[in-house]
Amino acid sequence: MYEIENAKAARNRKIAHAIMWIILLIFFVAFIFPFVVALINAFKANTDINRFPLALVGPRKGFILSNFPTAMVKMDFWRVFFNSLIITVCSTVLTLLFSGMCAFVVTRNNWKACRILFALMIASMVIPFQVLMIPLVSIYGGTLNVLNHRLTLILMHTGFSVSMATFMYSGAIKTNIPLELEEAALIDGCTRWQTYWKVVYPLLGPTTATVAIIDAMAFWNDYLLPSLVLTNKPLYTIPIATQIFYGSMGGSDMGCVLAALILAMLPILILYLVMQKYIVEGVTSGAVKG
Amino acid sequence: MFAGPAAVLFCAVVIIPLIYGFYLTFTSWDGISNNKPFVGGSNYAEAFKDLPFWQSMGRTLIYSAIAVVLVNVVAFLLAYMVTRGIKGQNFFRAGFFIPNLIGGIVLGYVWKFVFNSAFTAIGKSLGIGFLKNSWLGTPTGAMTCMIFVAVWQYAGYMMLIYVAGFMSVSKSLIEAAQIDGCTQSQATWKVIVPLMRSSFVQCLFLTITRCFMVYDVNLTLTEGGPYNSSVMAAMHVYRTAFTERAFGRGQAEALILFIVCAIVGITQVYVGRKGEVAA
Repeated sequence: MYEIENAKAARNRKIAHAIMWIILLIFFVAFIFPFVVALINAFKANTDINRFPLALVGPRKGFILSNFPTAMVKMDFWRVFFNSLIITVCSTVLTLLFSGMCAFVVTRNNWKACRILFALMIASMVIPFQVLMIPLVSIYGGTLNVLNHRLTLILMHTGFSVSMATFMYSGAIKTNIPLELEEAALIDGCTRWQTYWKVVYPLLGPTTATVAIIDAMAFWNDYLLPSLVLTNKPLYTIPIATQIFYGSMGGSDMGCVLAALILAMLPILILYLVMQKYIVEGVTSGAVKG
Repeated sequence: MFAGPAAVLFCAVVIIPLIYGFYLTFTSWDGISNNKPFVGGSNYAEAFKDLPFWQSMGRTLIYSAIAVVLVNVVAFLLAYMVTRGIKGQNFFRAGFFIPNLIGGIVLGYVWKFVFNSAFTAIGKSLGIGFLKNSWLGTPTGAMTCMIFVAVWQYAGYMMLIYVAGFMSVSKSLIEAAQIDGCTQSQATWKVIVPLMRSSFVQCLFLTITRCFMVYDVNLTLTEGGPYNSSVMAAMHVYRTAFTERAFGRGQAEALILFIVCAIVGITQVYVGRKGEVAA
């Protein structure tokens, strides 16, 4: 009797799993559909794109590669790629350095200034960038005239991201680092500076990874702030270059545009393939804490 | 001294602009000249009379309401299905997250091509009427596209948070419920979902704030068209300030947008937290 029941339950489970698997597959296809369409059309000539956007290979001109070199030259791919890379790496490193130290001070000292700073940082996380962009341009563009420098953008990125990062580091210091450890280091003759870099910071590894992943992705993909700060062509980052490139080509050379879009997506997709596990974990833990 | 660099940068780009921005709303600055004439509250009065601004606000509210519900329904269903122990569930999880890796600018253009070329081609070859013409050509169609892309873009991210929520409910509680005679679906709805309340609050908050502030996809997918019928509030603020060069009014409208968004978001968190159950 029980065995029959169990067999029946097992069969139902199998059917339910099969149905869910099919639904998931449909969703999956829907999720990657745009990428596939963009990819297959990037290898076609324009006449084929217009007439047969769904064909795997262009029926008239066939499989062509020439869109990619053209797009690379026209949007100055390597230059914008390195611009994006420099800005992302520098901003991420600065965020990690500054916010870790800031969190250490704020968490371990009960000074009034620290508490006010920390409270302000937490409150500021709800302020959207649109509220700050106009005064930002007005101060740094009009009064100080420091726009169109990579360093300005790097420091601004850092300034915007330190609050979230400090919050996450502070949580990690509170829960993961026992006070006794720091006291022991102090007794052994460490200065505060040494205690932080040699004892505390190495223990914050997982948080560092999470913050680095979240911020690096945000910096790499950011458009609005860079587009306001960097208006000189040689300084463009990938998102700005893509937008300008599309604007200049319009719908006239779709093959080239799609090749440029693929090029813009490629670096981060490759990174995802390599570090998929860390990225998914980092983003999840960042969102759940933040 | 340790906190110095972070504190200085934070104040320089967040606190000072915030205060200065508040001051700007009382001036009629054109973005170029050095003098910023003080005009009192007239920017706010103008903002309240600015019909396109309130139209864009209304549009943003509708867009956010529909997108937030759909994103979370899809994300929850996906999270439910990829935590059942199905073959390849990690592969699915990784796949659904891909849209979040890519910036809104690129996504908008990719989808523009898909809506304009791929969907119309499908419609023509299969003879499906409503797919034959590009959705981006009509006002309702353009808004539908915006919502469509929002769901596609955020569902994977929210799914990860819901997955974390599912994982946090301990196995022993579910077993206890099943021993007490719960069916699978009862265990899901009466035990797991109430315990995941904080995941819901969090996902709703994230989607609400993101939808309210949508700009990148708006700029590249519809460019506010056709005939300015899909200009969202954030885009309107940008245009008021940087295209019309009415910085004071633009900043006033940005503040109004922020306040509306904050009220909606905080109310949601407050209501959501109130009924939270502890395991």
